[in-house]
Amino acid sequence: MVGATAGAPEGAGAGAVRTDDPVLAKVTLTVNGQRRDLELDTRTSLLDAAREHLHLTGSKKGCDHGQCGACTMIVDGRRINACLTLAVMHQGAEITTIEGLGQPDHLHPMQAAFVKHDGYQCGYCTPGQICSGVAVLEEIKAGIPSHVTADLEAAPRVTEAEIRERMSGNICRCGAYSNIVEAMTEVAGARA
Amino acid sequence: MKSFTYERPSSPAEAAAAVAATPDAKFIAGGTNLLDLMKLQIETPRHLVDVNGLGLDTVEPTEAGGLRIGALVRNTDLAAHPRVRKDYGVLSRALLAGASGQLRNKATTAGNLLQRTRCPYFYDTAQACNKRQPGSGCAALDGVNRSLAVIGGNEACIATHPGDMAVAMRVLDAVVETIDADGAARRIPIAEFHRLPGDAPQRDTNLKPGELITAVTLPKPVAGTHIYRKVRDRASYAYALVSVAAILAKDGSGHVAFGGVAHKPWRVEAAEADLPKGAKAVTAQVFADAKPTPENAFKLKLAERTLSAALNQARA
Repeated sequence: MVGATAGAPEGAGAGAVRTDDPVLAKVTLTVNGQRRDLELDTRTSLLDAAREHLHLTGSKKGCDHGQCGACTMIVDGRRINACLTLAVMHQGAEITTIEGLGQPDHLHPMQAAFVKHDGYQCGYCTPGQICSGVAVLEEIKAGIPSHVTADLEAAPRVTEAEIRERMSGNICRCGAYSNIVEAMTEVAGARA
Repeated sequence: MKSFTYERPSSPAEAAAAVAATPDAKFIAGGTNLLDLMKLQIETPRHLVDVNGLGLDTVEPTEAGGLRIGALVRNTDLAAHPRVRKDYGVLSRALLAGASGQLRNKATTAGNLLQRTRCPYFYDTAQACNKRQPGSGCAALDGVNRSLAVIGGNEACIATHPGDMAVAMRVLDAVVETIDADGAARRIPIAEFHRLPGDAPQRDTNLKPGELITAVTLPKPVAGTHIYRKVRDRASYAYALVSVAAILAKDGSGHVAFGGVAHKPWRVEAAEADLPKGAKAVTAQVFADAKPTPENAFKLKLAERTLSAALNQARA
């Protein structure tokens, strides 16, 4: 890629826009294992791309500012706030939404544990909680420390304090937190 | 959000040239702060230069025995890096005290340095704010200013730098490496990277238009207990009211920087000789020129007590 125009995705144009006309750009994502080709307004968040364009409405829009975690998706193996990133920034990315983790007839173990432990009430934050919960257990397994890890050089363990700290980016206004901790603890134990 | 064009440059120099050459252009890396501000039309770039494909994402030892951290190293990866955990614990601790897991997975080293203030009047486009709209005034001066600066501010602006990472970088004497639109490299000591509001509160840093951060380097490790102590309204996922980044020996000697108190990480090296005498001897000097508001004067006592707790931790 050389020069400003060549470096832009097809359609994204070169030079700043001077009007409020939408600018369209093409992007290809792999969502829940399926290749999806999209042409989107450059402003489209990854969350809106999933919900409004791919009709994957499991991921929820709560605050749309990265404060609540309802939009959490797993992108290239990491949980992120899908509301605070642009779809066009994810050319070629592998994206897992709640629909890709499991379905009613074959639940992901974390989904089953949320059902068993009553880890929700209204359910709005639940897809984000579950995506985050799955990724948190992977982060602990990968040895990534947290604010409450006492020894930075030791491998972190799955404890209630670790789960609560690591899940602080997912808000549940119904207050199902203690049941969410139980669900995650069970899944972590089952995999240990 | 205002519409914008978008490009992915193929080198840091090309990225810097693109931002310098295009009106109202901005770099985007993690985007977690920029997109938040764009949704509120506090930031209204008309062209985004996406630097995520430029590499700049490794942590490597330097010949001087330190570390060179690529601009695009994510906060999670920097905090979890074995050398950082072992030799620069204050940096790991500061990163892990900030934001949420989702945000740390996206946020970059350079972007973290460039995050904007969370002053509520900067965020409220119906209010006067010299940082958002130069010349409009500062509604925070007589407003709700409990979270804002106690030192280094003025009648134009009492915003704080909201970050944790930069406070640790300050106590570690980090150096910010950049490249400009002409391809020229520059090294900026962290102490000179962030600005005080002065007569241009709209400028958070001393970067030139189009200047791109490529790396942050750390000098060789400093021995001592590495501590980052953050006091906030919630136990997790909240900005600091006061934070202390310190590297302290058993006798209390060492280095300390404060966060949550000023427009930049606040450190007064001359006061550090008095660390063995206790917190009060140090904070009396560090905050000698403080001009708190009635609402945020508590931060001065809180800073002293937080440093005192850090000293106790080092001596234990």
